Amino acid sequence: MPTLVEMPETLTAAHTAAETVASLTNVTKRYANGVLALDNLSLTLRRGEIVALLGPNGAGKSTAVKLLMGLSSPTSGSVSIFNADPRHTAARLRTGVMLQIGKAPEMLRVREHIQLFRGYYPNPMAYADILKAAGLDGIQDRFFGELSGGQKQRTLFAIALAGDPDLIFLDEPTVGLDIEARRSMWAQIRSLAARGKTVLLTTHYLEEADALAHRIIVINKGKIVCEGTPAEVKSMGAATPTPKQDGSTATPQHGLKIIRCVTTLTPQHLQAMPGVTHIESVNNLTLITSAQPEATLREMLALDQNLHSLEVQCPLLEDAFLALTSDH
Amino acid sequence: MSTATYTLPTPTKGFTRGLSIFATEIRYEFLRALRTRAFSLATIGFPAMFYILFGLLMNRGEHLGGVLVAKYMLGGYAVFGALGASIFGIGIGVSMDLSAGWLELKRASPMPPLAYVLSKCCSAIGFSLIIVTVLTLMGISFGHVHLTLGEFASIAAIAAAGAVPFSCLGLFMAFTVPPSAAGGVANLVYLPMSYLSGLWVPLQFLPHALQVIAPVFPTYHLAQLMYRSLGAQVPGATVGHWFGLLGFTLVMIGLAWIAFRRREQNS
Repeated sequence: MPTLVEMPETLTAAHTAAETVASLTNVTKRYANGVLALDNLSLTLRRGEIVALLGPNGAGKSTAVKLLMGLSSPTSGSVSIFNADPRHTAARLRTGVMLQIGKAPEMLRVREHIQLFRGYYPNPMAYADILKAAGLDGIQDRFFGELSGGQKQRTLFAIALAGDPDLIFLDEPTVGLDIEARRSMWAQIRSLAARGKTVLLTTHYLEEADALAHRIIVINKGKIVCEGTPAEVKSMGAATPTPKQDGSTATPQHGLKIIRCVTTLTPQHLQAMPGVTHIESVNNLTLITSAQPEATLREMLALDQNLHSLEVQCPLLEDAFLALTSDH
Repeated sequence: MSTATYTLPTPTKGFTRGLSIFATEIRYEFLRALRTRAFSLATIGFPAMFYILFGLLMNRGEHLGGVLVAKYMLGGYAVFGALGASIFGIGIGVSMDLSAGWLELKRASPMPPLAYVLSKCCSAIGFSLIIVTVLTLMGISFGHVHLTLGEFASIAAIAAAGAVPFSCLGLFMAFTVPPSAAGGVANLVYLPMSYLSGLWVPLQFLPHALQVIAPVFPTYHLAQLMYRSLGAQVPGATVGHWFGLLGFTLVMIGLAWIAFRRREQNS
């Protein structure tokens, strides 16, 4: 009997309390020149998740990543990787890093670069597996300096995988990759997470964050602006530009959709319809943001027999991002 | 706390693994430098060219400090070569790694930082040994230089030892000079320092004022050790010259460390 009772319990425990892999706790970072890069910021990365860190240039993204990599120390607050100081070798042995590199040693071959980094770890990933994962088969004997931009990027990805790390930092991993190579790197990143690895991704391609991340953290001016699944972040972004007249703060609205059509209905009329949060006119097109798109549409179609050119879209992460990080 | 999957290597295993990290790092750094022709040809070719001009073609058959000019100058140009290999290899090499973000990636990896520094330093030592060998072969072939095996061994050892203080100087430069200016500053150190310590034109033929300030430079002390090993009469005690080099090395390590810490705090 007891074994039967215990089983479901352990299962649920494993699901809900995913192990914390890395965390920033109340971290403030002020540079010597007085710039406040991070302002009491806290974030947690858990086992097996892909987290995308988004923010405009100068938001504090790279500072946060540098702190997590142990390349910089916080002014106050604490940084922890696998319950250790990120500067400790024990922590570094479990992390892999891909940074945007201006120039790597050009007169070393792809193979030599990978082997050099494999050597740093006691239990590295098998060489053949790295080549396969990074798509470097056939170019392993080329000099780094002879590679194309995409091949260089894939070599740097291979270096990040070399130690078979449990936590991987990827800074703009797919810059310079063609669509096919980008998709294949995405597949690799997903399979890393599926194997229980944690991935922290910084990217300027919001499409990439949308496609890959389990969780998106948007930061601006050293603070977290919002955090959630890509769908949640999009809804929050679409909800922020026009706070409701009653002054209620923006809360995540999951069903948020954008209705585009040509209609004779006036903005005042549309504003009164159920679920409508925002109205915008572009030429003769009307864009209506609604939290209850089905109800809004039913009423619009009933009132305007001539309504045409109808399209219903999900809000784009790009719009949400711009809305969340804009200054007003 | 699931640390079960990760087992720490046993101390002995860790030690041999550590050694192999250093060995691989040094091997690849030396290989990389050799393959970079712009660097390797210039570093070896520059002192060789100067030696041909000033040591072998001019002042043929004359003597200096009791030995043949070609033999005497061999020492000076070996020092010149070691200085070039170190200043350009490390001063510019590390500066480029820094500005490209490569050093940052290396530091975020579990690589022991000392492995990086040692690999650059050993590469400079390797180049110094190549240069001293090339110059010696040229001197023997074209300058009627007679060298015992012992003499060659000692100038090779001095050239290798000299690469250490020069590497520390290179490291200090890399941490202080902006990468865009690194090339210019390296030449600004390399050429005047070589001239002022009598590597091109022996100090005896330079104005008295320059002879007085020459002992400030590590290249001067290294050159005196070279000349003495080659059988020439030189001023100053051997021990004094070694202390001069040691002092310079320590000062450079200290300055490089301070410069590095300052960069750290600003990043």
